[in-house]
Amino acid sequence: MKKSKKVIVILVTVAIIIAVLYFLQKLLVPKYVDGIVEGALVAEYYQEENKDFDVIFIGDCEVYENFSPVALWEEYGINSYIRGSAEQYIFQSYYLLEDTLRYHKPEVVVFNIQSLQFGKAQNEAYNRMSIEGMKWSKSKVDCIKASMTEEEDFITYVFPILRYHSRWNEITSEDFKYMFKSKKISHNGYFMRIDVKAAENVPTGRPLGNYDFDENAWKYLDMMRELCDENDIKLIMIKAPSLYPYWYDQYDAQVVDYAKKYNLPYYNFLSLGDETGIDYSTDTYDGGLHMNLSGAEKLSHYFGNILVNEYGVSDRRGDATLEAIWNEKIKDYNAEIEAQKIKYGID
Amino acid sequence: MLFTSYEFIGFVALLLVLYYLIPKRFQWMLLLVASYVFYILADPMYLPYILVTTFTTYAAALIMQKDADKTSDYLKLHKEDMEKDARKAYKAARKKVRARVMTLCILINVGILMFVKYVNFIIGNVNSVLQVGDPAGQFALLDVIVPMGISFYTFMALSYLIDVYRGTVRAESNPGKLALFITFFPHIVQGPISRYGDLSVTLFEEHAFDKTKVSFGLQRIMWGFFKKLVVADRIMPAVTTVIGDTEGGHRGMYALVCVIFYTIELYADFTGGIDITIGIAEALGITVKENFERPYFSMSLKEYWRRWHITMCSWFRDYIFYPVSGSKWLQKFTKFSRKTFGEKVGRRLPVYISSFIVWFTTGLWHGASWNFIVWGLLNYLVLMISEEFEPLYDRFHNRFKWSNTRAYDLFRILRTFLLICVLNLFDCFEHVGDTFKMLASIFTVHNWNELAEGGLLNIGMSGLDYLIILLAVIVMITVSLLQRKESVRVQIAALKYPVRVLIWFGLFLCILLVGAYGIGYDSSQFIYNRF
Repeated sequence: MKKSKKVIVILVTVAIIIAVLYFLQKLLVPKYVDGIVEGALVAEYYQEENKDFDVIFIGDCEVYENFSPVALWEEYGINSYIRGSAEQYIFQSYYLLEDTLRYHKPEVVVFNIQSLQFGKAQNEAYNRMSIEGMKWSKSKVDCIKASMTEEEDFITYVFPILRYHSRWNEITSEDFKYMFKSKKISHNGYFMRIDVKAAENVPTGRPLGNYDFDENAWKYLDMMRELCDENDIKLIMIKAPSLYPYWYDQYDAQVVDYAKKYNLPYYNFLSLGDETGIDYSTDTYDGGLHMNLSGAEKLSHYFGNILVNEYGVSDRRGDATLEAIWNEKIKDYNAEIEAQKIKYGID
Repeated sequence: MLFTSYEFIGFVALLLVLYYLIPKRFQWMLLLVASYVFYILADPMYLPYILVTTFTTYAAALIMQKDADKTSDYLKLHKEDMEKDARKAYKAARKKVRARVMTLCILINVGILMFVKYVNFIIGNVNSVLQVGDPAGQFALLDVIVPMGISFYTFMALSYLIDVYRGTVRAESNPGKLALFITFFPHIVQGPISRYGDLSVTLFEEHAFDKTKVSFGLQRIMWGFFKKLVVADRIMPAVTTVIGDTEGGHRGMYALVCVIFYTIELYADFTGGIDITIGIAEALGITVKENFERPYFSMSLKEYWRRWHITMCSWFRDYIFYPVSGSKWLQKFTKFSRKTFGEKVGRRLPVYISSFIVWFTTGLWHGASWNFIVWGLLNYLVLMISEEFEPLYDRFHNRFKWSNTRAYDLFRILRTFLLICVLNLFDCFEHVGDTFKMLASIFTVHNWNELAEGGLLNIGMSGLDYLIILLAVIVMITVSLLQRKESVRVQIAALKYPVRVLIWFGLFLCILLVGAYGIGYDSSQFIYNRF
């Protein structure tokens, strides 16, 4: 065989092998379209054509299930996005914020401080859901390094097939259908549920041996504060009104002290029940862990007012481009409400 | 750094690239650096032990070599003026001096091995013999580090030392090269136990990039990963579930399944590891001796031990069996036993003694525990009985012609395999009694009905796992059968390009998709690492 022909044959072989591996990887990685959908949230942000958001929410399920950017837009003209993910650890929140700043600079960052109680990652599956959706950047690399549990390897984030290689026996038609293009599951990061499951018999927290937040958690809160300062962004700390996992008074006191020390606003919605109007018999879909649509809209109504009046967040409703984008989003939002009404048998 | 870790794969890949990029005269130095990096990464605390072994072996061998050279020069110089007897006496005197140097070095290195590996075993036994119930009155166990691969590198160092003493190899004058022989990273973890005379030929040579060698090496590495990740680590949960069931719920049918599974796991694990070792060496242009020759196709235990862990068996043969057999005290005993018990029995007794010592030390080498000693002695017992019955077998084969058929050969293979399965089980339980109980349960616990009720699906393996294991074992058997003709890689290389690509890429995909590695699997250390 001629040398040039040999080279072509080898190149074609390599290309075929890479293509097969690429398709296999695409097929095997979880699609997060049905069932556990939370893994899709982080990646959806990059699909936004106009990322000129004024308010960015950062945190775990206590933000992506408890605030509705559509409600904030409709009522206050606030252009916001939730960069939330399941059990998002504070170091992941930091790097997600750093990643967000690569695209735009918001006026306000709202951070839910629930994750302060974890100094290091507790669960590999949650790491995957928070990190895999991020686009490759230094922030993602640092985020992986900060998050990896002992059993994890960096290379499995680069080549996820090494992590999901054994999923071949769980493959469904969904894996083929959403191999290259996934279905949107959130509304600017908000994960909607309209059904109701009242909060009953909420367990109180077990006494702990130590209530102090881990040094590593404080380190990342400091980094987040400094990052916001450097970029002239107002950092607002919140504790969403989720009843469980239990939020101890001792936890709260540490956050209050920190807020005081650095002159940061802190809103604990657990103690603002009267103001927000949250009714745990109608505004939660899972017994008090997360808000349903009603709860999220009540919370957005209350907090939107604070954002506008106390922090001067702009009303962008006059912006024609944004109006057009939001009109589409509102349509999708309402369509999902209708779909969920049918799904859950709600009038 | 586990052989099956991503770090190790990256380490080998980087080494291969550098190895063929740097000037060839530096290749062995790069290997030395890589071997020490590999060793230090395992635990820096291991380093002093291997350095002591390397230094003492280097120095002792060099002293012996210099003395041997001086002796030879002296004898040449005085060829004319020395009587034959005087020459002989001079030679013997010098040899005695060299023997003392060798003995001292052996004592140091075997002493280190004995101390780190066996001191707690000895203390435990002393406590048992003294029957001290109160822990306060017992000798406390020591917190000793057992350096990685100490059994392997010590044996390699000893073989080199003895070979220099015997004059079969010349002592290495470059300490770096000897250090590389002892620490060469692919085989330090679980062998094979290479001999200096064999390995040094290609280890220190300059190697130009050879496409065939590199691709054959990588193919062998892949085959090793297939055995380890697809077979050994996938079958392991079932073995550990049954063995780890101290309550004894998994006995009877489960015990039978477990003994067979463990033997498959051990084969796939150990030969897989050796495939990776030999493959890495081959890709570097270095020839490492084969350690297996289709051992489970053996028709007797004697044949099995010629085909399993070949380098270890030949080590015990050359450095224990022969020296013991040729020792003065055994020669004297042979004379005595011939006189006392007659020619037939008297001739056999020394063989029994030498073999006993070999199998006792083989057992002990495998681990500081009575189960390994019993395992060694049971092998010894079966081998000795088989040898005694050999004339009877011959008569049987001569009388019954059907015993020379393929079907009978197959029966012998199966019989030997089951025997190996039973003997291997002694690896698994620290207390010998537990092994016997487990084996007895096969006949005393009648729970075969649980087989129909899906009992085998409750021991850490799913139906799919069983199917994968079955297919993988069929592949391994097929490869073994094909190997009888010539190397399977050579046979595949003769096929058309697309077929070759399909075979190797198919194997790669099998490892990638079906391998038991990553989250949710316990991709474990190789079994022979603990020896």
